[in-house]
Amino acid sequence: MPFLDWLIDPLAYRFIMRGFMAAFMVGIVCSVLGTFIVLRGMAFFGDALAHTILPGVVAAYLLGWPLAIGALIMGVLTALGIGALSSQGYFKEDTAIGIIFAGLFALGVAMISSTRNYSVDLAHFLFGNLLGVSDTDLWVILILGLLVLFTIFIFYKEFVVISFDNTLATTLRLPTEFLRYLLLILIAITIVVSLQVVGIALMLAMLVTPAAAASLLTRRLPVMMGISAVIGAFSGVAGLYASYYLNIASGPSVVLVATAVFILTFLFAPQRGLLWRYT
Amino acid sequence: MSTLAKPLLAHAHGRGVVHEASEPTLRLDNVSVTYNLGPGSLSNGRNLNGGQIQYALKDVSFAVDRGRRVAIVGPNGAGKSTLFKLIIGQLRPAQGQVHIFGHGPEEHICVGYVPQRSHIDWTFPVTVSDVVMMGRVGKIGFFRWSGRRDKEIVARSLELVQADHLAHKQIGELSGGQQQRVFIARALAQEAELLLLDEPLAGLDIPSQEAIFEILDTVQADDVTVLLATHDLSLAAEQFDHILLLNQKIIAYDRPTAVLTPDHLLQAYGGHFR
Repeated sequence: MPFLDWLIDPLAYRFIMRGFMAAFMVGIVCSVLGTFIVLRGMAFFGDALAHTILPGVVAAYLLGWPLAIGALIMGVLTALGIGALSSQGYFKEDTAIGIIFAGLFALGVAMISSTRNYSVDLAHFLFGNLLGVSDTDLWVILILGLLVLFTIFIFYKEFVVISFDNTLATTLRLPTEFLRYLLLILIAITIVVSLQVVGIALMLAMLVTPAAAASLLTRRLPVMMGISAVIGAFSGVAGLYASYYLNIASGPSVVLVATAVFILTFLFAPQRGLLWRYT
Repeated sequence: MSTLAKPLLAHAHGRGVVHEASEPTLRLDNVSVTYNLGPGSLSNGRNLNGGQIQYALKDVSFAVDRGRRVAIVGPNGAGKSTLFKLIIGQLRPAQGQVHIFGHGPEEHICVGYVPQRSHIDWTFPVTVSDVVMMGRVGKIGFFRWSGRRDKEIVARSLELVQADHLAHKQIGELSGGQQQRVFIARALAQEAELLLLDEPLAGLDIPSQEAIFEILDTVQADDVTVLLATHDLSLAAEQFDHILLLNQKIIAYDRPTAVLTPDHLLQAYGGHFR
């Protein structure tokens, strides 16, 4: 079976195997949480948060710590900082995000520009390094990823209420601020988990593209999450195969597969696809 | 329909505070709200431009007894939405106090709110019964799932607004009148004793408006107090016990015939700006 060989061949290498497992897990976590990002219109926040973790990642790298620790500290801090700055009413939320986003990203690039392998390191942070995933990295991805999925499962009905109608959440006396910050922290953790798979610059694609495609295929939220997870996991795995056989960088490869799935869905989705409307 | 409603609305304080039986459903004492012009703008008694404080509501005092149906009427910017935000507990007054059954709004889960239709994302991937179940989330509590009782209450709330046949539709597939009825059902599932409706009649045809008033008759028979913001003065006169005519201050609060006098209307709508 040549096709089976084609599928199995890359798995003979342990580092590629680890890459597949990481891409699979990240594909699921990103796209499940991504449904809330799409429904709440938080794409810009997600993109900004991904960029603001750069100084934390670089600091951890220079100090020889695990990158995830630096990213996690920085991600949670900026998630809370943006949340606080925008809720004070000094600025509109997107302005507050823009200031923190650009400033911290510049700081990260400045820090890394002082190192010897400037361009190589920067490229890994920006676009991911799926084949550089270590055993430790894989454990971090697995544990944090399951933590995110478990938290979404536990707080599902409350997250749906604050996303759909925050006034209802107030009349139900839900702790709306706590829930909003919890969601921001989950996004920060997810970004940390995805750092090595797609990198900072392409993170947004994994957060919104599978969820957006899924939203064209169903009108039920739990189903949307399921479809989104399948698209995310498929994009991760298929993207890595494409990377292996076409000899292209893994991060962009994963994102291009997700984008291709979105385009196909956009064209052919029953009822809401572009072609469906014109027939 | 009334007998259906009874058990549904009978005990409305699962997690909320105990209601003081001697107190009216709603009482506002000397409530003022100022426009939020940024942090610190209120501390020195002036706004950021150094001018006088602008009031969204000024010295508002009134009470609504249990089971009453009151229309809140006034020009755009009169403070109708601000008043609702106060009663919901989303906004705190700069001065004065809001009491619901004798306690602050934030202690109650008995306040149901039907938002303006333009404030809802109708493409959100939820069905009608999903939306009505959201009204149960406060009672269900953290780390727990909806039980059989919750599902029964959702089903009965939908029957009460005659939307049970729509249960599995996505909310964007409904007509305007159906959408309003579903959100009323959500407040019923919440076991609301005070029901606020923000411009529910706008853009609805006459049969749809009548359907909503039929539902309000039913819930009122079960001692639910109803406050409804509207621009439609003739409907307010026909369908309500009391009218609250508002323009920053209360201009009149009484029976419709006593409120809708030329003098009052001139004060509310005519001639002078805020």
